[in-house]
Amino acid sequence: MSTPRPTPSHTVGPFYGYALPFPGGGETAPPGDPDTITVHGHVLDGEGTAVPDALIEIWGPGPDGELPRKGGSMRRDPVTGGFLGRNGVDFTGFGRVPTDADGHWAVRTLRPGARGEHAPYLSVCVFARGLTHHLFTRLHLPEPADALAADPLLASLPPARAATLVARAEPHRTFRFDIRLQGADETVFLEFT
Amino acid sequence: MALTQQDMDNEIARHREAYEKSVAEGAPRADHPPRDYPPYRSSLLRHPHQPLVVVATARDPEAVELGSPAFGDTDVTELDNDLTRRHRGEPIGERITVTGRVLDRHGRPVRGQLIELWQANAAGRYAHQRDQHPAPLDPNFTGAGRTLTDDDGGYRFTTIKPGAYPWRNHTNAWRPAHLHFSVFGTAFTQRLVTQMYFPNDPLFPYDPILQSVTDDAARQRLVATYDHSLSTPEWSLGYRWDIVLDGPAATWIEDGR
Ligand SMILES: [Fe+3]
Repeated sequence: MSTPRPTPSHTVGPFYGYALPFPGGGETAPPGDPDTITVHGHVLDGEGTAVPDALIEIWGPGPDGELPRKGGSMRRDPVTGGFLGRNGVDFTGFGRVPTDADGHWAVRTLRPGARGEHAPYLSVCVFARGLTHHLFTRLHLPEPADALAADPLLASLPPARAATLVARAEPHRTFRFDIRLQGADETVFLEFT
Repeated sequence: MALTQQDMDNEIARHREAYEKSVAEGAPRADHPPRDYPPYRSSLLRHPHQPLVVVATARDPEAVELGSPAFGDTDVTELDNDLTRRHRGEPIGERITVTGRVLDRHGRPVRGQLIELWQANAAGRYAHQRDQHPAPLDPNFTGAGRTLTDDDGGYRFTTIKPGAYPWRNHTNAWRPAHLHFSVFGTAFTQRLVTQMYFPNDPLFPYDPILQSVTDDAARQRLVATYDHSLSTPEWSLGYRWDIVLDGPAATWIEDGR
């Protein structure tokens, strides 16, 4: 049986900013939800310079570990054609934000629950000018420690490499996750087979 | 000193020859561009040096990446797939329709998923503050659209043909006309951002972004087909372009080899 070959990837380029980001793209958590966390960080290139034109997508389960099946991340106003923002109730699990001029991004979402043998994590997809193909990584929460120790992916990596996949706790349920595209402390990027 | 087009052509040819040699020696064909493609200068400091870490999804059914965000009727409006009707007047340029199907590696339709499209205007200028090259903006064209695939995986956009535009990769670098596409599949692993080109563009051989796809057959899959039966009298020219989402081995069957 002949199967079609995939369409090749190309860079997102520098000029996606009026098309892909959307209002409330980083406000994934329904307002007031006590399980809300903030994940944020910088994207850095091989010289440690901030990447100001990256696009970050975050996808993850709710606190119960279930993957959301609801739309509405980009909810639209049928009157004006504009963006209404999310409906304030449903959790879609999806966030998308561009980096700012400092190469910084931030997303408020719900604390992900564990799935299977995995320590809780959010899937992170990085696009940028210069990336011919997007990069996948995983943002793990720094606790619980026993879940991190038992995670099959983290356990398969040398400790210094695994550490690039674990966010650092900051006050106010905030977690710092820098993404280093190249060089010393380069983030672990994933390929799915 | 900035590289000339001749320098660039030589680099592109070297990478293509190295790729063909590796295939002749038994390496698998590459469907995607290498992340490290020096002729595309922006890739130099932005590609990982470490090999990607492989996650075998067949042994990991709970991977978050095997699910994908959902989009629905609240996320698109009926006008979103017509980029020519977003302002009071008609945009300047050649009106086109672009249609096709989104398929997975089985050839099955990918239904109800979000496609986003963005592009330069007919003069090759983006509605983006950082594009300051001396070509006119069009007050009647922004250049962004969305749609959901139908039950057959089909999509359709009405827009205008974008112009070529210069960029600063090397001296006299020009991008062939292209539409940017962003596509979601049923698994986040199938996520795709790519570009569609128009047939017979004379700029193809000079463009390091298109040539970063070093496999000739794969590169050809980025070029739409002009289809006269899709053209509408007195109205628009029609192009067909199908999109095949890659995915983990668990979601498709390799043809016999
Ligand atoms: Fe472009």
